[in-house]
Amino acid sequence: MEYTTTPPSQAQYEAAKKEIIKVTWVLSVLTVIELMLGFWLYKSPEMSEGMRWAVKGVIIILMLAKAFYIVAYFMHLKHELKNFIMTIVLPIISFIWIVFSFLHDGNSYKELRNDYNPHPHIKVQKTTTPAHGVEGKK
Amino acid sequence: MSTVATAQTKWWGGGKSPFNVEYGKVMMWYFLMSDTFTFAGFLLAYGSVRFSANSWPDANEVYNSFPFAPEGTHAPLIFVSIMTFILILSSVTMVLAVQAGHHNNKKAVVRNLILTILGGIAFLSCQAWEWTHLYHEGAWWGRNPFLNVDGTPGAVNFTNFFFTITGFHGFHVFTGVLINIIMLIMTLNNTFEKRGHYLMIEKAGLYWHFVDLVWVFVFTCFYLI
Repeated sequence: MEYTTTPPSQAQYEAAKKEIIKVTWVLSVLTVIELMLGFWLYKSPEMSEGMRWAVKGVIIILMLAKAFYIVAYFMHLKHELKNFIMTIVLPIISFIWIVFSFLHDGNSYKELRNDYNPHPHIKVQKTTTPAHGVEGKK
Repeated sequence: MSTVATAQTKWWGGGKSPFNVEYGKVMMWYFLMSDTFTFAGFLLAYGSVRFSANSWPDANEVYNSFPFAPEGTHAPLIFVSIMTFILILSSVTMVLAVQAGHHNNKKAVVRNLILTILGGIAFLSCQAWEWTHLYHEGAWWGRNPFLNVDGTPGAVNFTNFFFTITGFHGFHVFTGVLINIIMLIMTLNNTFEKRGHYLMIEKAGLYWHFVDLVWVFVFTCFYLI
């Protein structure tokens, strides 16, 4: 099987190194922002649940952006043939659904376990009168 | 740019690689896909179990120390940030090694490979310290001394998943360092000079970047969210 490639010229080499330095800065900035958001979450115990999940959502998006930059530039995938890129990217797209379904499943398990009643036919009622007579007296 | 793609090129006509990528590199990509599914399985299991738990330990109360810190230090996210930057920088030096290989610059390949190996060893040392520190606090597979956020005894799956997943990742870093050392020895022995190309370094580079990529996900899932 023939694999055709031409060695890069000095100018292309310099340009390629520049691109890598740029991507390094992008990754570092994304990481620092992620860490700042994580630190903000730690320093704000009074933050509402909805806001917590919004911040975590942003952290996840930054994580995916970092993953894109590493795969596209460090692993060189962006510069490969379109068909080859697709053989990698399309299976990964399927992960969007699998993440949602597993987390939903876990959450459903929690709710089912919390609501579980082993004796659904026995009615339990709370009353104020003591069951075994008044305390201290026969 | 080494890709040649024209509308007239018959990629599937035989006699050439249809993706214009050497066979070994394609296979390394597909091996990395399988490894991606392995780690995805682990992280999805972690996510499902965490979502099924009523409460979970707070990462910032657990991972809050660093080497040589005085007793009772409470500094979350510091040590793990250092680990993350070490791995990112070692990935950068790996890319520089691969690029130097394209340019047949043996000296730069050697220099950048050595820096990558040192980065990998530094990361493994940090992870070993983190494991030892947690172990001395009473954490291990099956033992979780930390309390959940709601005050109940810590879910033991917290430490189970932490040690398992960081253990698998650390093992990948370790094998990556070994592979890079072999690459360094081969480079120094002029194996690639004689072959006329440094493609093997590229394949080792893909594995090393995968290791960095997995850490991006592991670090976010365990320490940040």
